[in-house]
Amino acid sequence: MKRYLPLFTTFAFIALLLLGICFGEVHAVWSKAVTVCLSCMGIG
Amino acid sequence: MERMRRKSQYLFTLLANAYWLFPWKSPIYQGPVKKICFPGLNCHSCPAATMSCPLGALQNLLAALRPGIQMGQLHIGAYVLGSLGLIGSVAGRMPCGWICPFGLLQEWLFLLPVPKISFWRPLKRGPYLFLIVFVVLLPLLVADLSGYGSIWFCKYVCPAGTLEAGIPLLSLDQDLRSAAGRLFAFKLLILILLLTWCVFTSRAFCRAICPLGAVYGLFNRLSWLRLRFHPDRCVQCRACLTVCPAGVSFYNGLDDINSGSCIRCLRCLSICPANAVSLQFSPIRRDISNAPVTDGN
Repeated sequence: MKRYLPLFTTFAFIALLLLGICFGEVHAVWSKAVTVCLSCMGIG
Repeated sequence: MERMRRKSQYLFTLLANAYWLFPWKSPIYQGPVKKICFPGLNCHSCPAATMSCPLGALQNLLAALRPGIQMGQLHIGAYVLGSLGLIGSVAGRMPCGWICPFGLLQEWLFLLPVPKISFWRPLKRGPYLFLIVFVVLLPLLVADLSGYGSIWFCKYVCPAGTLEAGIPLLSLDQDLRSAAGRLFAFKLLILILLLTWCVFTSRAFCRAICPLGAVYGLFNRLSWLRLRFHPDRCVQCRACLTVCPAGVSFYNGLDDINSGSCIRCLRCLSICPANAVSLQFSPIRRDISNAPVTDGN
């Protein structure tokens, strides 16, 4: 089984990625990324 | 190989920062490409940034997890972790060596002709510490009265944010400039200290701090892309260690060739005069046999 670990890991993370998409996380990521982040700049 | 890697670094740096309309239109890019997490460290508040930063996105999701659950939203960071895990499980830490704009900057700085200082090896655990404490635990556990956490790594550490977002946006906006206080001064100091360190020590930020590199590094041993060291061919010339920007010392057994520190720049592969390093790309590990393991008794 250890031989297939890289393959299983990739499938597991594809599943996680799809789960995030289904839960609407893409919009949550986008909505934060399109506003100026004052914390990132060292202001907020 | 090295020329190809450098071209890749330039290309991805340009792709990640391809929005040059910010002086005339919106101060930062707000298009649909920002839904995609860029695989390297590139602040999404940089005026030219076209994609989102995975570290910033993950912290934002974790910081808003508790109020989100109360509102019926389960945003646990699966999208970001899935994106990072997908890339990491295929290429390991290769984005650090081939894509990351902040990595490219560090390599430029290290080219400056000054005496060099070797990296203090105990610090190589630093990225994992920053990942666990600043990216996961503090945003998740320390919340304000409304239940929202803060993005600790971006706020107090990230030099990419100061360099790519703070300095350009403050230069462009008078109001923001007047709002900058002690925190900005602190972050500016962190940036200056880190960049100075990078002049003297190869990839100092990647090796001692970068949580994104720590995430990818976790996959180095089990990714599709793996390096193989053939000790029987090695002539102990140390050429691999001399060119390694991450100081991975595998020729003498001190480190594993696929250790989490390796940024997969593949310089060792190119420089080895004895072909003691080879590259393997396969979803199935061929270096593990199917035979049952016995204890030798």
